[in-house]
Amino acid sequence: MTLNLAPNLADHDGFYEALLARQKGMGEGEALAFNARLVMILANHIGDVEVLTEALELAARD
Amino acid sequence: MAYDYKRFAYEPPAGLTGPEPRHKVVIVGAGPVGLAMALDLSTHGVASVVLDDNDRVSIGSRAICWSKRSLEILDRLGVGDRCVEKGVTWQVGRTFHGDREVFSFDLLPEGGEKMPAFVNLQQYYLEEYLVDRAQAAPLVDLRFLNRVASVTDRDGFIDLGIETPDGAYGLQAEYLIACDGANSPVRHMLGLEFEGELFEERFLIADIEMKADFPSERWFWFEPSFHDGQSALLHKQPDSIYRIDLQLGWEADPEAEKKPERVIPRIERVVGHSDFRLDWVSVYAFQCRRLRNFLHDRVIFAGDSAHVVSPFGARGGNGGLQDVDALGWRLAAVLDGRAPREFLVGYDRERVQGADENILNSTRTTRFMTPAVGVERIYRDQVLKLAAKAPFARTWVNSGRLSRPCRYDRAGPDDPALPPISGPGSVAPDAPTGTGWLLNALGGRVSLLALGLEIGEISGADLVAPPVTPEIRSRYLGSCETALYLIRPDQVIAGRWAGHDPDALTRAIADLWEGRI
Repeated sequence: MTLNLAPNLADHDGFYEALLARQKGMGEGEALAFNARLVMILANHIGDVEVLTEALELAARD
Repeated sequence: MAYDYKRFAYEPPAGLTGPEPRHKVVIVGAGPVGLAMALDLSTHGVASVVLDDNDRVSIGSRAICWSKRSLEILDRLGVGDRCVEKGVTWQVGRTFHGDREVFSFDLLPEGGEKMPAFVNLQQYYLEEYLVDRAQAAPLVDLRFLNRVASVTDRDGFIDLGIETPDGAYGLQAEYLIACDGANSPVRHMLGLEFEGELFEERFLIADIEMKADFPSERWFWFEPSFHDGQSALLHKQPDSIYRIDLQLGWEADPEAEKKPERVIPRIERVVGHSDFRLDWVSVYAFQCRRLRNFLHDRVIFAGDSAHVVSPFGARGGNGGLQDVDALGWRLAAVLDGRAPREFLVGYDRERVQGADENILNSTRTTRFMTPAVGVERIYRDQVLKLAAKAPFARTWVNSGRLSRPCRYDRAGPDDPALPPISGPGSVAPDAPTGTGWLLNALGGRVSLLALGLEIGEISGADLVAPPVTPEIRSRYLGSCETALYLIRPDQVIAGRWAGHDPDALTRAIADLWEGRI
């Protein structure tokens, strides 16, 4: 399986809003910790090392 | 070329010399919503008086971006063709981050619809066309330089105090429709307040006239080099007029920013030269707010007087015309005695849903354009960075979610085997009928669209049975061979069946007039 770069969320705007609402009022450190937990949760759910490696590469490209 | 703002003739109203008979409907405000309201009521046989404190169309382009649904409504009111002919039809939008294009979208028309996805046309042109139409309509009594000074809700009617150049007079109305804009004097007179969010961010809006080969596209920049890291929008209008929106930040001083010596250098940086004429400038703050209810006994609010949104989704003017669509047939039915007064509650329910949808979308857009320092800003910037590389991230780039007609929640019977696009609660999709267009055939009455079915006359609905063209098949039949659609006067689908069940149909028609669907 390869990393899916095509839009894949039914309500992308709703998710974006919820994602930021969850972090409202957090300080930088707190938000960083939240995002770290979120990445680990999602990585485990994906469970495919090849996909995750590709995702790491994409995120690292600035 | 600059628009020629002509003055409309003022005539001393009859009420100055003696009391006028009580009017069915008085509309306050001759903007796009008030004028469309009067014309829509006249198509239902209802006379109205339209009062406006001014005697010209609105100054400056203001609402420019008219959606397909608005054009369909305007077509029913007799000005759709003029709007499309004069307007700039567009379908491509380009989004830039810095000076680099991140992606573009194309509102590719599906084909087989009379009206395009969007037309850009200055509000003053739309008002001019609607005034022409209203002045020719025997049921519309349009009164310029008539300012409403007082509104009193009596038992069973509304008392209005009106001021004119020749003095004051009074009018009585069974219903008053306030279409008097975001700063609605009627709303203030009733002591009603908006609820919701007022953003501190300020935007400069400018119309310039320039000769340019700029395409008919919507160009939006996040953090362009020419505008100090803020956002900017460029959009073409008729007569070589271009709309430019520039984010100014929350500290901007509106009065100072409106001065040409401040505006012109900003525009020069956007277009790269100084060969243009400044046509109109305004500075505004974003608001996403509404009245809790649009129905206050015999006073009804429609358009900006009822709800305001930030402008980047074209949801203000288009939302207002959908208010007109939802109100006209209902008020006509109440005035005819066909339905009880409570029938108007359906207007409030549906348009509050529509306004909330518009407010939700506009609020999200505003947040994306003006992210708070910290996490919001980091996510926004990284979405923009990823968008250049990964298509999924483009769905999060939000420079405006363009107006679409609301799909109303409370709707009648459905058969899920029929296509989702024409489900109950939705506006009926247009389609060619071989000789014309389906929406023109439906007009503004309760209709029964029968496809592949032979049915006799049904009381309470006009039968429309066009040939099944490929577009009608794909939008209304799908894999079914036959279908029956009950369609309201505002062209919203009330219910549908894959076959003809006379009892179910009779029940649905009753439900429609009793306000259940």
